[in-house]
Amino acid sequence: MFGTAIIVFREVLEAAIIIGIVSAATREVLGRTRWLVAGLLAGLIGSGVVAASTDVIASFASGVGQELFNAIVLGIAVLMLAWHNIWMSSHGAELAHKARSVGANIRERRSECSILMVVVGLAVLREGSETVLFLYGIAASEGGGAQAMLFGGLIGTLAGVVVGYTIYAGLLRIPMRWFFAVTSALVLLLAAGMASTAAHFLIQADLIPALASPLWDTSVALSEDGLSGRLLHSLIGYDAHPAGMQVIFYITVLAVIGLGMKLAGKTRKPIQITGTT
Amino acid sequence: MKIAYLTLLLLPFSVIAADADYKLVIKEHRFQPQELNIPAGKKIKLLIENQDATAEEFESHALNREKLIAGNGTAIIYVGPLQLGRYPFYGEFNEATAQGVLVVR
Repeated sequence: MFGTAIIVFREVLEAAIIIGIVSAATREVLGRTRWLVAGLLAGLIGSGVVAASTDVIASFASGVGQELFNAIVLGIAVLMLAWHNIWMSSHGAELAHKARSVGANIRERRSECSILMVVVGLAVLREGSETVLFLYGIAASEGGGAQAMLFGGLIGTLAGVVVGYTIYAGLLRIPMRWFFAVTSALVLLLAAGMASTAAHFLIQADLIPALASPLWDTSVALSEDGLSGRLLHSLIGYDAHPAGMQVIFYITVLAVIGLGMKLAGKTRKPIQITGTT
Repeated sequence: MKIAYLTLLLLPFSVIAADADYKLVIKEHRFQPQELNIPAGKKIKLLIENQDATAEEFESHALNREKLIAGNGTAIIYVGPLQLGRYPFYGEFNEATAQGVLVVR
């Protein structure tokens, strides 16, 4: 049961971190909780479907369907996070000052909501389908494994949710002045990390060259097996032995989104500071 | 999700090629062979056949690879080119028994 809990926790952790950060980053969006729950549910249903069709997905594209699927899911999430960050740089500060009172631009906010839903849904989908397969395996193989699966699964999920919620609650404590800077930086690193993981899958599928493989090896100093290594992997895309191509993907996404944010920020209308309230 | 599926559907799909360079079998949550020798400096195609009814996730931080293999399913993983050394791998869903090493000579 304990072993089950640990594995489920590992799988849930990454999704929980993503959800925690993205939820905090969209705190100003009205009706956000509804969209978050919708994303969560869609992701869970999708997990079941993906888990059930593992064999079918795997057989696509000469046996590298799973890698392509993962890379596409990650790619969409990167685009969504990029859009969120760039849009926030041009409207975010304005939103923070006006949003609660003025109905502002409802259409724009609706697109923020759908981004939130898609990112949450995809995060749950990717980690969830693995969890489903793992738990199904336990329930099917061991005698009386169903109970161990249920308890282990529950404890692991709960522990993951606690981490995600801690990140969320911690971020909300950041003063409004720095809030956008901190959350955009976190979202930016999240996106870059996802791009690196997408590259990792494309290399595994032999669709793009690895270039240097690995470019460096820091597994002795900070292993990806440990909790801190895993946390860093989910947060900033830490990889103990990345391929050169992964680093290129990482830096490119970092630079492109960063540039987009800078350009969008320039067009921002000046904000009237209304003093502390 | 929908887009991902549509894109996948557009891809030409074919049966997994049988001409893999090396083969691993998963049986009763163990890898066979537990040690697989491969040459250095060469990219190889590794076929993993899961003979168990439940899914397994092939995982190796040293090789920077992770792949789900459905119950009674097969998967192909490209590995290398690698330098001399030992590269451990394991089955994440049955870590206690599913352990193996890729030895690069």
